[in-house]
Amino acid sequence: MMKKILCLVFAACMILAFAACGSKTAEPNRELNVLNWGEYIDPDLIDEFEDQTGIKVNYIEMTSNEEMLIKLRSSDSNYDLCFPSDYIIEQMIREDMLLPLDYSKIPNAANIDPKMKEITDSFDPGNKYSLPYMWGTVGILYNTKMVDEPVDSWGILWNEKYAGKIWMYDSVRDTIGITLKYLGYDMNTRNADEVNAARDLLIAQAPLRKGFGTDNMRTSMVNNKAALAVVYSGDAVACIGENEDLAFVVPKEGSNVWFDNVIIPKNAKNVDAAHAFINFLNDAENATRNTEYIGYTTPNKAAMDRLGPDYTEDETYNPPQDVLDRCEVFHDLGEFVEVFNAAWDKIKASN
Amino acid sequence: MKRLWRSFKYVYLGIMLLFLYLPIIYLILFSFNKFHVDFNGDTIFKNLGKWNGFTFENYGSIFGRFRGFTWDNLTSGRLFSNKAGNALILTLEVALVSSVVATIIGTAAAIGINVMKKRTRTVVLSVSQLPMVNPDLVTGITFMMLFAFVNTLFGLEISDFLKLLIAHISFSIPYVIFSVLPRLKQSSDMLYEAALDLGCSPFKALIKAVIPDIMPGITSGFIMALTMSLDDFVVSYFTADSQVLSVFIYSNTQKGKIGVNPALATIIFIPLVAMLLAVNLRRLAKEREYEIQNKKVKLK
Amino acid sequence: MKRKFFAYPYIVWMILFIAVPMLFIFYYAFNVDGTWTAEKFFSTLKDADNWRILWVSIEFAFGTTAICLLLGYPIAYILSNMKKSVAGFISILFFVPMWMNFVLRTYAWSAIIEYAIPELFGVTESLTDTASGRTIAVLLVLVYDFLPFMVMPLYNTLSKLDKSLLEASRDLGANGVKTFFRVVLPLSVPGIVSGITMVFVPSITAFTVPALIGNGAYMLYGNKIETAITSAAGYHKNDFSVGSTLSIILLLCIVVSTVIMNRFDKDKEGGSIL
Repeated sequence: MMKKILCLVFAACMILAFAACGSKTAEPNRELNVLNWGEYIDPDLIDEFEDQTGIKVNYIEMTSNEEMLIKLRSSDSNYDLCFPSDYIIEQMIREDMLLPLDYSKIPNAANIDPKMKEITDSFDPGNKYSLPYMWGTVGILYNTKMVDEPVDSWGILWNEKYAGKIWMYDSVRDTIGITLKYLGYDMNTRNADEVNAARDLLIAQAPLRKGFGTDNMRTSMVNNKAALAVVYSGDAVACIGENEDLAFVVPKEGSNVWFDNVIIPKNAKNVDAAHAFINFLNDAENATRNTEYIGYTTPNKAAMDRLGPDYTEDETYNPPQDVLDRCEVFHDLGEFVEVFNAAWDKIKASN
Repeated sequence: MKRLWRSFKYVYLGIMLLFLYLPIIYLILFSFNKFHVDFNGDTIFKNLGKWNGFTFENYGSIFGRFRGFTWDNLTSGRLFSNKAGNALILTLEVALVSSVVATIIGTAAAIGINVMKKRTRTVVLSVSQLPMVNPDLVTGITFMMLFAFVNTLFGLEISDFLKLLIAHISFSIPYVIFSVLPRLKQSSDMLYEAALDLGCSPFKALIKAVIPDIMPGITSGFIMALTMSLDDFVVSYFTADSQVLSVFIYSNTQKGKIGVNPALATIIFIPLVAMLLAVNLRRLAKEREYEIQNKKVKLK
Repeated sequence: MKRKFFAYPYIVWMILFIAVPMLFIFYYAFNVDGTWTAEKFFSTLKDADNWRILWVSIEFAFGTTAICLLLGYPIAYILSNMKKSVAGFISILFFVPMWMNFVLRTYAWSAIIEYAIPELFGVTESLTDTASGRTIAVLLVLVYDFLPFMVMPLYNTLSKLDKSLLEASRDLGANGVKTFFRVVLPLSVPGIVSGITMVFVPSITAFTVPALIGNGAYMLYGNKIETAITSAAGYHKNDFSVGSTLSIILLLCIVVSTVIMNRFDKDKEGGSIL
């Protein structure tokens, strides 16, 4: 019996020792932990930042805003920088998860277009906690060879002529949001009846729909397999670059303008390095390279001025003011998000 | 009739193997596809639906710049400037280390289980089946919760590599045990007893007499462990922040740059298969030779 | 040192990393961000949508298992009648595709279904344009993913069959077909049962295949758990209760299927799995 217990204890010790020796042992001040979307930064920029400052950048990727929230809340969170979207930032401010930015350490923040700051004011007043990183709109990408009527309304997504050739975006807020817009409601509505009306319309759309896509939908559009798709403007730029028959439009009913901003979580360990990295990213030259690499629109005015007409004259990449005027930002819904999620479950089950 | 059945047999097996290898052939083919390049010279659209011509570029672009072979770079997964290359290295590291450890623990466990009393053995084996039948989703979630809990309670920060290792070892061990056990049952206890009688210590007797006898079972257990580790997506996705290949690929399809470089998968797959074929075909050929010789002897 | 002590490191490992983590599912089902509550647990159980989603997933899993069995049994039977060394080699070939990661293979299937097949037949429509086509596509890829797990246990049981029994049956005048149904099939039941367990429950929770192949148009049980864990927990602080509760239901499925499986596997050797 004694022998048995000894053996068990020994084995347990072995495993614990094994676990302990794997603990992290790097000096905190030389490291910067960045949490960002996949391929959402030019990797060469990270290398240059490391060479310039001697700070080691650990770049961790996430697949959704919600996943990022979970990671930041977890007690072993050691992220110094993060790039969440608008409504999540609003929620993070509400939950007091963010550190106010110290603008004296980010002189390059002056490069940000004041026009953009006006919009982001609605979810982060005065950009106290966040600085725009990339932005874009949501609209319809369509194949001009397959769609013969003018596309200017979300209504075309319910046109039976295109049954089986319509892609929606695989995201609760975006899909229900544009349907709300189509119905003439506010995207950030807190009226359950309005959400349910949108839900029913989307359930009725089920037989026409090819599916809810992200990456697969874009490939499908490029290969002429679908006629219409709801996409982000930045993705539309990439798709149109691959297939000249494609065109992008932000419908007249209005749409969503989204922002991915950079923030510093409250429990960040290396705040100075985080500020240095934000400043580095907002350098005119670096921001230019970054937007060229990612393909999404930069809010950096100095960078925009450096970009060629390929970008600046492209209304998909650089939407004109009248498009921006009919777009609104997503806001934090609080507990009401449950209504959206329940509606989404029903919509998905309708296939 | 018999002939028909025989040819049907091979045709059926062939069709099934083709079914299993179809996506692999497709990926190998498209790993040589020339993907379109945008006006900045970056490949931005890895379109698996359109063939544009032959190139080796996809292989060249996996790793990026080499950061230098230091212990720090190795353990924190930053040997290369490209995330893809690091994910690839991490996948290989985790797969190799976890399958070696799982094989050792699993083989030892099988030896122990084999001599256990029937009732204990039943309990241990039933619980061992759990990770195999358990959906990887549940396994992944439980590991996520375990590590989060250990951290809150003990403040113990476990590195991602270790988290992945623990998770992969855990779901691989049962495969090793169930590969080794049948071999152990076939192997006679007499060998072990004889070795003891000849003055070997129990440990030495195991190493010298039992292990060689059950080696084929250990090898197939190791291969299964390796397979499970390389194939895993869900458990790694929930367990750690650092990305193994599958998680890297999955996250890259969500936002921003589009598409997956198929060369990422084939670069591991092709050498592994080459190795497997080399080993097995040689063994089969040897057996064949042996048989032919036997026949000749008989004829004489 | 007795030989059975060799199992102890594994037993400790099993307790630490298999049994204890399972308990966390129960912990988080009733504990939301540090406070104990059963409210979420019961509201999740009461939610009819969850049960409907589970039912649809079970239908998919049932289809997958049935097709895997139909396709896999002949494979295992043919292999078991081949020379051992060749059969062993071919059976490895059934696992080798898994060296290429699952996510990528699923991607490749999506490309084959969407682009290669229509191209081959010169049509513009693809299988996934319609709901029924998507169902077929998802089933196809699920079968693809789980087939090796059906073939292995079947092959192991069939190759261990005592060949003298078959000869005896022949000698007693039964023809090949009769021998198969009267002797081979009943004797291979343990293999069939472990094959079913290896395929059925895991395929209930497949969430990547419905997402990638079914064009994200499905909400299956796996997707539901995944979103419950990754997004609900984002909106509500550390609330894993919905995901945990849904996982508990799954664990019950596993327990039930293991109990059924053990009834057939009288020796409790478990070796029939591999």
